[in-house]
Amino acid sequence: MEHIAIIGNGISGVTLARHIRKLSDKKITIISAESDYFFSRTALMYVYMGHMKFEHTQPYENWFWKKNNIDLKKGYVNSIDTDNKTLHFAEGDQMSYDKLVIATGSKPNKFGWPGEDLKGVQGLYSKQDLENLEIYAPNNKVCKRAVIVGGGLIGIELAEMLNSRNIPVTFLVRESSFWNSVLPEGESQMINRHIKNHHIDLRLSTNLKEIISDDNGKVKSIIIEETGEEIPCDFVGLTAGVSPNISFLKESKIETNKGVLVNRFLETNIKDIYAIGDCAEQREAIGNRRPVEAVWYTGRMMGETLAQTICGNKTEYKPGHWFNSAKFLDIEYQTYGWVHGKKGKPDYESHFHWKHEDDTKCITIAYHRDTNEFLGINTFGIRLRHEVFNKWLTEKRDLDYVINHLETANFDPEFYKRFENEIKASYNNTLQTN
Amino acid sequence: MSLKLNYSMSLANSYGLTKTQKIASAVGMLGLFILGLALFNVQFPNKAMTLTFALTLMFIGTIWFSNSLYLDKSKGIKNDGVWFKSLSARGLIGWLIGVVLTLFYIVLYFYPQYLGLAQKGEENTGLVALFDPLSQLLSGRNASQWFVYGTLYTVAILVFGYKFILKYRHNRYEQIRTISVMFFQLAFAFLIPEFMYVMNNDLPYYDLKNIWPLNYYNFESYRIKAFISAGNIGLAMLIFGIVSIFVITPILTYKYGKRWYCSWVCGCGALAETAGDNFRQLSDKSQFAWKVERWVIHSVLVFVVLMTTAVIHSYLGNDTSKYWLTKSSFLILVASFLTLIFVGTFLFKREELAKDAKYGAIGYFVIIMSLFVLHYFSKDNSLFLFKSESLRKSYGFLIGSIFSGVIGTGFYPIFGSRVWCRFGCPMAAILGFQQRLFSKFRITTNGGQCISCGNCSTYCEMGIDVRAYAQKGENIVRSSCVGCGICSAVCPRGVLKLENESMKGRINPNEILLGNDVDLMDLINNK
Repeated sequence: MEHIAIIGNGISGVTLARHIRKLSDKKITIISAESDYFFSRTALMYVYMGHMKFEHTQPYENWFWKKNNIDLKKGYVNSIDTDNKTLHFAEGDQMSYDKLVIATGSKPNKFGWPGEDLKGVQGLYSKQDLENLEIYAPNNKVCKRAVIVGGGLIGIELAEMLNSRNIPVTFLVRESSFWNSVLPEGESQMINRHIKNHHIDLRLSTNLKEIISDDNGKVKSIIIEETGEEIPCDFVGLTAGVSPNISFLKESKIETNKGVLVNRFLETNIKDIYAIGDCAEQREAIGNRRPVEAVWYTGRMMGETLAQTICGNKTEYKPGHWFNSAKFLDIEYQTYGWVHGKKGKPDYESHFHWKHEDDTKCITIAYHRDTNEFLGINTFGIRLRHEVFNKWLTEKRDLDYVINHLETANFDPEFYKRFENEIKASYNNTLQTN
Repeated sequence: MSLKLNYSMSLANSYGLTKTQKIASAVGMLGLFILGLALFNVQFPNKAMTLTFALTLMFIGTIWFSNSLYLDKSKGIKNDGVWFKSLSARGLIGWLIGVVLTLFYIVLYFYPQYLGLAQKGEENTGLVALFDPLSQLLSGRNASQWFVYGTLYTVAILVFGYKFILKYRHNRYEQIRTISVMFFQLAFAFLIPEFMYVMNNDLPYYDLKNIWPLNYYNFESYRIKAFISAGNIGLAMLIFGIVSIFVITPILTYKYGKRWYCSWVCGCGALAETAGDNFRQLSDKSQFAWKVERWVIHSVLVFVVLMTTAVIHSYLGNDTSKYWLTKSSFLILVASFLTLIFVGTFLFKREELAKDAKYGAIGYFVIIMSLFVLHYFSKDNSLFLFKSESLRKSYGFLIGSIFSGVIGTGFYPIFGSRVWCRFGCPMAAILGFQQRLFSKFRITTNGGQCISCGNCSTYCEMGIDVRAYAQKGENIVRSSCVGCGICSAVCPRGVLKLENESMKGRINPNEILLGNDVDLMDLINNK
């Protein structure tokens, strides 16, 4: 019986294993050094905030794996002998495979800041990161102030987490406005104000110079590049993005760049070895997508796709329309299609922006300047239907159509106040003044 | 470092109460303490004043506490520290409250004299006596232990309902729903029955929203006699009781799902959603618990059907010339009705039933029918092997008192707030059966947006593993869902929405989720 070994028990590896099991009775082993069972990485923040216990982040009960005949192996793969199709573990044992899938995810970026490896300095990615956070920032007596470096999705989540335990937070963001490399200016600035309303000390256009140690090798303070200001703190969160977690492949024959290089069938340069999820890097980018996509949904979709290939139905990875979501403190965010911030915005892309007077809801619709074709939508504080926008993007609807049919895409709970008329009125006003 | 870090022993200590919140709690506790003093027969000079004072303190304390807890924070989900707090994470405070509540229910149901209920020919004493002035004001008679309980129950729903509305002040579904349960409790369960007594004191106590079989005693002989002897109004109430289960309930459940009752009207639901809100996360989400739930709740339903049939059968006559409904015609009516439902379900909804549901349905149907047949041939007075009186008594004791009260509410801080609704309530079983098979209600999932975080499952008071559906992009169509809407509220990615839509495509399992290759989705999902 063919043995499929999967390194990594995150969403990509587990989705792959589940789908292989649905399609075949191959022997499947999922290898992880991080946790005994699959858990939802995106939910770790809720464990620290006390919304859930760690076991609640596990989508399947512990009996699930045995019942579905999926072997779980706890261990750290040190190296891969691709000639003999063998994995060597840090614990000293070995395992042979017929097909190997690398789904090892990401690790937090460090950019060579002085002091970045001190105690109390860490990213927020793994279960171990969460456990360290409980040691260095369990409450506002042990941690009198925390500094977060990097204004992206994980940065703001970490700020929310620390805030939930009343730990004062200074939030250093390199850009002139929060996440404005991705978000259009109006949205980005609304989130700036929302962050400040939560009493988080947001410092825009601010870089980290260095992290200072105390006598025990633990963080004592940080110094800001621009002003030289020293901020005393007991914890530093490094959240300036993530990169593929593939250092263990360095000695192997598997070709890597930032990530493990794969073709559209998610195959590496070595036969019978594949890579999926955060750690995979497309040789050629797909559409507007980046070659490395560290997103939950793309990990899942690659898992769904590769299962087909491994079970004999060779299938190209062809993700559909881009979508994503996040939550900024109390404001939910969803996006369908492409809406660009400053960075990489094509010339033809124009925006219609509407913001509610309460400063917690807004939408931005991107459309083609010349043809009026609908390109994508960002929505804050209003839930919209994935299915409807997927359809409109496929049908290449124009801006007018989208504005006039917004109510069919509403996904807010019943009895919620609706804003379609206000949006339409604003749209008509904007058109007249233009 | 140990991988077995215990988060409930976390050093998180920022979840303590502020000074204002402590003072507010003390005010509310003082109100409770006065009731406690009354329990120990402290003689207050002016009972009306004392009771007013105590209840006012409880209102002020809770309202002040809630304002301080929520009003100066931004609108949004307020679950910080739920699993660190002793009250809401089965800590010492949780257990203590559980024990006190359980003891209270045992005394209430079985030893009301300890609450001060008058023995024959005596005056009320203690706690019950303290409520005499209020009862006199409303209906001109002295209080009973049930009046005391009803008052406290209503107060709890009102004050904690207020707290719930503030907690979810960004969510109009939750607010409107909570105003609804507060209204139905205050008007239908508490005030109207008292006023009806004033108008016509022959009428039995009747909370009009309390429908058979939740109200399992509604068709007992003494009530039927009282209804009939009270003239037209009594007859109207009796007819309303029958219509509410056979006509109103099916129509509303078809249109809106069982939530119209369970989380908008019902008193048990009202208490669970308001006073029980702190405990909703404690429900058991395991698949094993779900299996137990299905067997237990449907067994209770079978029990109540047999019991009620036996009770009604026991007081009907044999002579068709006196009254059209006789013992045997009643039995034939019941048997035909059950057969109709059984055959209809198997004809039209066979493929929607799980294996154990089929076994259970067939098994129970065979048992019920053989009991009918057995009775028909034995000509014995005791229907279904037991005397109707002993069936009635044991149902009242086991289900009516122990299950719904002592376990259902007393164990809130241990098993969560909906233990009774989930495992025991026969009304919920009927509504759930209909919701699963004949209703427009479902919880829709939003394409591929689920991140499997587990907030929905954790905060489902009915123990539904909502995430298991959401992460498959499958609508949630479950008998037990009471439509409280909290899964949708706590979802950080806007994935869940409670909806009433057409029956077509309501149950929609997906292998490949929206967002992936269109060809692949078509290939796999439509196979």
